Amino acid sequence: MAPEAGDKGQFRPPKAPEPYTPAGAGPDDWASRHPLDPEQKIDLHEILDGIEDYRPRRRGWTWRTPVEDQAIGPFSYRETSRSLARSVPLPAAKYFGDIDPQPDCVVTTEIASGRFEDDIRRMRMTAWHGADHIMVIRTAGQSHMDSLLEGTPEGVGGIAVTRKQVRATRKALDLIEDEVGRPVNFHSYVSGVAGPEMAVMFAEEGVNGAHQDPQYNVLYRNINMVRSFVDAAVAKRIMAAAGMAQIDGAHNANATAREAWKVMPELLVQHAINCAYSVKAGMPPENICLSTVPPDAAPAPCVRMDLPYAVALRDLFGQYKMRAQQNTRYIESCGREATVNHVLDMLISRLTSADIQSTITPDEGRNVPWHYNNVHACNTARQTLVGLDGLRKVVKVDREAPELKSKVRELKERAVLFLEGMVRDGGYFGAVQEGYFVDSGMYPETNDDGIARKIDGGVGVGTVVERAADYMAPVCHHFGDNHLPAGLNKPCDPIGGCTLCDERLIPFIDELDPEDNVNVRLERTAEQREKGLITPEVQWAGDGVVVVTMFLPAAERMAEFAALELAKAMNLREPEVIHKQVMHPAEGTLVEVRGRLEASVDPAKLVIPAEVQLVPEDEIRTFVKDYGLKCVSATVGNDEHSVGMREIIDIKHGGIEKYGIECVYLGTSVSVDKLLDAAIEHAADAVLLSTIITHGDIHRQNMEKIADLAVEKGVREKLLLISGGTQVTDELARSWGMDAGFGRGTKGHHVASFMVETLLARAAARAPGGSP
Amino acid sequence: MTRADEYLAWRTHLADLPDERLEARFWELVERVTEPLIDLARTHTSPSIERSVLMRMGIDSPTGNGVVNELDKRGLLGHGAGHVVLHCAQQWDVDVRAAASKLASGEGWKDVERKWGGHHGA
Repeated sequence: MAPEAGDKGQFRPPKAPEPYTPAGAGPDDWASRHPLDPEQKIDLHEILDGIEDYRPRRRGWTWRTPVEDQAIGPFSYRETSRSLARSVPLPAAKYFGDIDPQPDCVVTTEIASGRFEDDIRRMRMTAWHGADHIMVIRTAGQSHMDSLLEGTPEGVGGIAVTRKQVRATRKALDLIEDEVGRPVNFHSYVSGVAGPEMAVMFAEEGVNGAHQDPQYNVLYRNINMVRSFVDAAVAKRIMAAAGMAQIDGAHNANATAREAWKVMPELLVQHAINCAYSVKAGMPPENICLSTVPPDAAPAPCVRMDLPYAVALRDLFGQYKMRAQQNTRYIESCGREATVNHVLDMLISRLTSADIQSTITPDEGRNVPWHYNNVHACNTARQTLVGLDGLRKVVKVDREAPELKSKVRELKERAVLFLEGMVRDGGYFGAVQEGYFVDSGMYPETNDDGIARKIDGGVGVGTVVERAADYMAPVCHHFGDNHLPAGLNKPCDPIGGCTLCDERLIPFIDELDPEDNVNVRLERTAEQREKGLITPEVQWAGDGVVVVTMFLPAAERMAEFAALELAKAMNLREPEVIHKQVMHPAEGTLVEVRGRLEASVDPAKLVIPAEVQLVPEDEIRTFVKDYGLKCVSATVGNDEHSVGMREIIDIKHGGIEKYGIECVYLGTSVSVDKLLDAAIEHAADAVLLSTIITHGDIHRQNMEKIADLAVEKGVREKLLLISGGTQVTDELARSWGMDAGFGRGTKGHHVASFMVETLLARAAARAPGGSP
Repeated sequence: MTRADEYLAWRTHLADLPDERLEARFWELVERVTEPLIDLARTHTSPSIERSVLMRMGIDSPTGNGVVNELDKRGLLGHGAGHVVLHCAQQWDVDVRAAASKLASGEGWKDVERKWGGHHGA
């Protein structure tokens, strides 16, 4: 049946199944009765206790709730959603009243360290940084296991997605989503030769979204193409019943093709095949997401090259959702470079559209992603999307610009030519056999380097059988011919209910591996956890991994090996260079080395100085306005340094002038006599004295001298004597007669706060309730 | 096969199509490519599909795996694993989970073969 013009990708509007609500224990909502305490770590034992009976409290995918023209702090936003109850705002938010605007699109992060007990903690961290779509990747080995796994796959490695792991993760996410105040979508992969079973397990366990694309199996997992498509229809139908969002696998062509920017016509075709096939299997278009990646990266002129592709996609696939992925094809070990490419990718998201913004961790080019890099990736998305908020209100993609218009048209035409070729060459199966896909030529150009698969080859070949005339499956949401007895209300009536209708029927099987299971792993780190020992980690509790960044004045190779020696000198075990970058062929190299530090800190034995409570800036301003505050300052001794003092004083550097404090600056190499005389002459409230620490003990002598002089002249009680310098400490300064000393890292706020606080305290001591 | 970029020569029949017609042609061709695939799925099944049916019947996956392997050996998958288990449950007057356990342990297959025949090593 030919679709109408403009009827984008809609075939035979299917009977989209209503997402089901199974009978059974019902949404018990254990999570709302056990809220997380933001001050406490998540209790893994609480997650695992009673896991055999835990039921997810909802099914299906949740989009964010957009709020139009939302006022947040001093600003108005055009593309944001409901704010979170709890989060860690972006660092610069402190200048805007700690606001944390949330973009309108779902933000994805992929978390898969191989141990769900560690991943759960990372999921909590990323949710606090704006992630509401958590993807857990299955190991490639599991894709090739022709059955669902309930236990740990011995000898396969990677992340087995088992029922226990899925259920515990969903349970933890139920707690986490309540903590942040926004639903978190849980996502995994319905791929491999157990797709229909994965789909059933995911539906039963409340997984909210999954990758499902039979083409991915065929091209990248070498699973037999007939098996892959036959399985996919059943899997998709079950996913549809559970209201799951589906993401396709087309983006992998970008990551695989030799010249990724040339596969754009093919990508349009791959997306279309999966979309059309999914609709035919009964999935509603609004749950079908295209996984689309801008194919290029700088130094290519990537935005100009990728924009026509993004526009062509959105023209052709208007009724489907866009999951904007970031480019991994060109990711190297430089996290900064990866981040900039991802920002450019998101510029395209904001210039066109994105329903889901996926993120790639900036360390993906050098290791399996680490905790804080997942957080960085979420923040790159949050920062960029909010920064570009409402861009299309003021900037428009010029659809009539000749270059854009002709490129968009060309891509669509090339995609049509690709499809015409497929029809000529025997349809989908024939085209795959001919190596149509992932060829590095821009169709109709071909370079004979595509991925060709045989219809009679691949994993699971020969396993598909024809349904007999009496074929029957007495369960709900089963795709395909099904010769059920007449007169049923539901397909599962003959068996008295299926797991999709009555979740009490779902069996639970624990992990089967006696060694590699969560209980054994938790036992190993029990001491760390129970004593609360603090050990550095990047992915697993107690892994001890740290990174040291160093610039070495040596050429690249020499720097690499020198860095390893230096790491050993720092007692780092198994050091490994994870990044190096030439600053100059001869002058030097930046090196980042990872290593394992075998040390822990016992918080019970840790001495932590009391935190300095600063007087709020508004109160300082009010004080100065009401009572006035004047300082005289100078760098004393034979010292020409002025930078430190200027940073404390100057309004330009955020110094104390910004509170209205009057500052008389005498300059450098000033004698303490002259400084004190000036203070008396100006009737100052405070003397600020800057000094470097010298071997000759001049700094001590200067401080003692000005304190003695002030006593002699009878002004000690009227003046605050404050010294500062990179190596000054408060303790030493006070012992030498000062009222306070400030060292490295001091800001104007610290000094102003001390002055106001001390003056208020003195006034209160003189006359309770009186003014300073 | 390698081929130079012959786009300009190949596109002549598309050159005059308005955008809407070009997009409609794209989806018509997608329809032609995918319709045979979905027909294949409608009329065929696989071990994974049959295991997914047994899972939905509340049968744990190791048991379901056993039943499907036994059925596949006998060339009876095409009747539907759920169908076979349901038939046995009715014959033996037990629930489908008990019937599946028995079949997975290699018992009761005579009753299956009585209805559907079956041949070893298919």
